[in-house]
Order: sequence, then structure tokens, then C-alpha cells
Amino acid sequence: MNKEKVLEAVTEILADILDDESIVVTYSTIASDVENWDSLAHLQIITTIESKFNIRFSLGEINNFADVGELCDSIVKHLG
Amino acid sequence: MIKNGKTFLELKKNCKKDKGNFPEIKITVMGDCATQFLSKAIEGYAYEYGINLNVLDVDYNQIASQVMDNHSEVYEFSPDYILIQMCAEKLYEAFCNTQPEQRYTFAQNMFVEIQNYWNMVGTHSKCRILQFNFVEMDDAIFGNYANKIDTSFIYQLRKLNMLMMDGAIQNKNVFIIDLAKIQNIFGRDVLFDEKFYYTAKMPLSMRVLPEVAKQVVDIIDALRGKLKKCIVLDLDNTLWGGVIGDDGMGAIEIGELGSGHAFSDLQMWLKELKNRGVILTVCSKNNEDTAKEPFMMHPEMVLRLEDISMFVANWDDKVSNIQYIQQTLNLGMDSFLFLDDNPFERNMVRKMIPNITVPELPEDPAQYLTYLKGLNLFETSSYSDEDKNRTSQYQAEIGRVSLQKQFVSIDDYLIDLEMVSETKPFDLFNYPRISQLTQRSNQFNLRTVRYTEAEIEAIAKDDRYLTIYFTLKDKFGDHGLVSVVILEKQDNNTLFVNTWLMSCRVLKRGMEEFIVNKIIQTARDNGFQLVIGEYLKTPKNAMVENIYGKLGFESIGNDKYKADVTTFIDNKTYIKE
Repeated sequence: MNKEKVLEAVTEILADILDDESIVVTYSTIASDVENWDSLAHLQIITTIESKFNIRFSLGEINNFADVGELCDSIVKHLG
Repeated sequence: MIKNGKTFLELKKNCKKDKGNFPEIKITVMGDCATQFLSKAIEGYAYEYGINLNVLDVDYNQIASQVMDNHSEVYEFSPDYILIQMCAEKLYEAFCNTQPEQRYTFAQNMFVEIQNYWNMVGTHSKCRILQFNFVEMDDAIFGNYANKIDTSFIYQLRKLNMLMMDGAIQNKNVFIIDLAKIQNIFGRDVLFDEKFYYTAKMPLSMRVLPEVAKQVVDIIDALRGKLKKCIVLDLDNTLWGGVIGDDGMGAIEIGELGSGHAFSDLQMWLKELKNRGVILTVCSKNNEDTAKEPFMMHPEMVLRLEDISMFVANWDDKVSNIQYIQQTLNLGMDSFLFLDDNPFERNMVRKMIPNITVPELPEDPAQYLTYLKGLNLFETSSYSDEDKNRTSQYQAEIGRVSLQKQFVSIDDYLIDLEMVSETKPFDLFNYPRISQLTQRSNQFNLRTVRYTEAEIEAIAKDDRYLTIYFTLKDKFGDHGLVSVVILEKQDNNTLFVNTWLMSCRVLKRGMEEFIVNKIIQTARDNGFQLVIGEYLKTPKNAMVENIYGKLGFESIGNDKYKADVTTFIDNKTYIKE
């Protein structure tokens, strides 16, 4: 799966968890820009991404994504 | 209705929905770990059960300070429930910080601390405690040899769980949420998510949270009287393999034949439920004689005719038959469970009888039992000796219904029943049964106040109350304790009927009249002039809406009634004391 498709899937997950159907995110979006994307929502997002893509992030990774772009890069990398 | 397979996200969304029409229950959630997600999951699950759960989530690691301070935010919130989550991970930290020579008594010491919390809560409030037990977690220090060492972590952890069970038996306000059982079903890998624990101090994964929330809400639901009391059973391919009318008794699969073992285990489980007080009935499209034959003649049948309170086998539709069973037993339809392998019958019953629970059985009969156990349908809030005799009571009741048809006048029938009622103030031996009746009775219940055993005991000992329980016996058998009355002294002149409930099994035979006479007599004997009764409407107690009026009380508005003991004329009844 390429990065663009991953962003689409991530956007869908964000919309669902943050309960905002009209959410728009780009590679440069950071969590603090998005309403309700707090640390607990972040855990939910990470867990949902893991089960959706059937991958597993390490503990070190999950709190060090600088922006959505890095998150997508990491998903692509995990997918191999 | 079966609630299963909810995701955490769905539950979280439920929290935002309108719960304005639901009854409100308040709960405080606290733990030695973070509980925000657990709180959300429970609140969201309660929505599925039609409960408006008002949750106060306390910051983590505040259990001791919150329960000790009687002005803490927990007590200020005045919750109905306090949920305490203590996790095995923290327990292990405490264990490691315990000197090796003191580890013999680790479980005992932890239990004293936990019991201390319970006692504090009991001192400062009347709320019930929901306490998580500990999931099994071996530290792999000794391997399996840990089972041979009384200072190993797993030894002490299991012992602590046992001590908590013993403690809950002693403390009527404590209910254990069996998290260890949930881990047995789903496994450690599903229950525990390292990321949740190490980044947010949450010992439960997102996947397992809805399952845990279900168990919590099941307990709360049972404590407000929502219990399964009766199972309606299909026969062919449900209780045994094959079709009795086609295959004949020699060829149905039960016991050793074919997949008979799976059906035997299911029957064994049903029999245990019957022994616990759940009513078993049969509803089958069959000729009655054919359908009954295995129950009487088949050597490997576990269930026998005497285990079945009502046996309905005919060619009518199941909806009418179930309605007939329900009317005869006089129990609420939402306390009924219908088991049938046939999807057509299930759907028809589900569609026509909205309140009944109809589990979607798996295709393979070998999976019936595992599936049914997983639904946790039989959560209960009390257990008494009387539960064990319920089937014979109902069978006697059905004998009475047939007898009723032969008498021309209802009076002749009632006289012939030779009814005797014993009336006494609440006593030690009956606290469990009385509490249970206040939890379970929905239809004949004037004010529907629920009491725990501890509360019943307190009332019995409080001289501001007069308490009476009623038993009933007749020529067919003993109904046991069937009615409970709590009279509250409002002033020197006036008694208020705080609680009056009665088992619907003994309706329409002069018991109501007998009880009202007794209430008035009690007021007279104790020097009171007035008795005030009140009807508080619930969705289920319409049957007693006008009962005070019918039995000689005078309406004084707002669903309140009064009776003057000097002018009151006793109601006619054929029950003797």
C-alpha cells in the first residue's frame, strides 16, 4: 500500500474515533492541531491502526511521530 | 436482548447519546491504575441496557485517601456504586517490595488493606462496592514449581482471590467482578496491551474493555432486579440430536449415541440452573406423549419430567404457547429465555414477543453450551434456600390452575385450598430471602424500593419500623415466604407503608386482602390511628395501581391512600393465620 492510500485509511480512522466526519488531515498535520486528539485518543488511534493494518508499533515509536506524515511512513514501513 | 460484540468506539459514542428517559444510577470508578477508558466503556454499555449511568472517574492511585475522608469527592457525589479496580501488575510491584520472609503473609496483608477500604466505604456511605479480583499472572521465577512454594507470587495471588471471595460472602454490600474469569476466556494476550499499560497505566486492552464493561453492567442490572427466571426449551435438535417423532426414542442422540455427549452436557447445565431456581419449561411442536417419552423412559436423559415446570407440546405456533406459559407462570416476559435450534422459530418469537431473550444459537450443537455460557445470562444478586424448591412450587401451582376449572364459584375453590399464612417480624434466617424479593419483585410491588441484605437487617433492628413477612401454605404445598411489608412510623399516630410486595404466584386467592387486614391490625396493636399507603408507578407495576382503593383505603391524591384503623372494615379472605 502506498503512502497516499495509507493517509486515506488513517483519515477514516481519525474521523471515526474523533467523531468528526469532515476531518481533513495532511502529512504535515500534528496532533495538537486537531480537536480532541489528546493522549488517550492517540492510544485509541494507534490501537485501531494496528488492528486494521495488522501491524504492531513499538512503545518507542508511538509517542515520537512528529506529524501524520511520519505516522504514514511508519505504517508503510511496517507493511513491508 | 443479547448485547454482545460491541466495540469500545461504539460504547464511547453511546456516552454522547440522549439518556434522558433512562433511570439514573451513579457510580464512582477508581483504581490503582488509570480508569478513564473503563469508565467510558461502562457508561456506554449501560446505555445498551437502558440505564443512564452517571460516572465519576477518580484520578488514579487515590483509593485510600478517597475512602478514608468522609468529605472526599467520592462521598460528595453520593454514588449508588463504587467500583474499585486494583491490577495484578501493581500487586506484583508490591510483592517485589515485600521482604522475602514476609511473603508468607502477603495475600493476608493485602486482603486486610482491601477489606479496610470496604469497611471505610461501609462506614461513610450506603453504596455497594464492585471490586475487581486479580487476573492470574505468573512471574516465571520458579516455573511450574511455583505451585509448590507458598511464597511464590502466583500462590499468594490465588490465595488473595480466595480471601476476597470469602470477604464478599461476609460483606453483603461487596460484589466481586471476576476479571480472572474474563482472562480465562479471552487470554492474557487479549486482555493486556503493553502499550496501554506503559503509556497510560491502563491494564485492560481496548479489545477486552467492552467484555469487562458487560460484566460490570450485568451485575448492576441484576441488582436492580433484571434477572432471567425462566427458560423455554425446544426439544428436537436443541435438547437432543434428531427428531423424536421421526427417529423414535432409540435413535435420538443423547448420552453415548452420535453427538449425544454435547446434548447431555447442555442438559446437565440446564439442570444446574434448575437447581439454582431457574424455571425450565418445554415448548415443542410434537404430540405430547411422544415428546414426553424420552423424559420418562430414556435411560441417558439428564432432564426428567419433574425438572420441567410446564410441558407444552402441541401443533400450535410457539408464540401463543410461550404467551400461555408466561401467563400461567405469571412472570415478566423480560425474564424469559427461549432456546431453539430453528432460526425460523427464533425470529418469529423475537418479532412477536419483543421483551423475550432469544440467543442466536450456533449451527453446531457442540458449541451451544460454550456460546450460552459466554453470554452470562444468569447473573444474579442473591441466592437463598428457597431458590432450590422453585420448580416443585410451580408444579404445584399448575395443579392449582387445573383444580380452579372444576369449581363453580371462586369462593368454594379458595375454601377448599385450606390456606394458612404465617406472619412474623423479619428475622435473621429470612434476611437473604426478603432482600432477594425486594430485588426481584417488579409487578406486585407498590413502591419498588430495593434493599440489600444489610439494609434489611438494619431496618429489622430499627424501632422506627415495623416489619412483617408472610408465608403461605395450602393443600398442594408450601409457597414459602411470599410477601414483605415494611411499615415506617411517621409520627405517633401514623404508619406509612414503605414497602409492600408480593410474589405473583399467590395472586387472586385472598392473600392481598389478608395482608391489608394484617397491616391494619398491626397498626391497631401498636396504637396507631392512621395507615398511609403509596403507589409509585414503574413500567411494570400497573397491576397494583388501584389496589389500596380496592381494599378499603381512601384516596388522598398523588397516588396516596389512607385508612383509619377504627372505621376500617376487614376484607373477606379464606386464609387463616
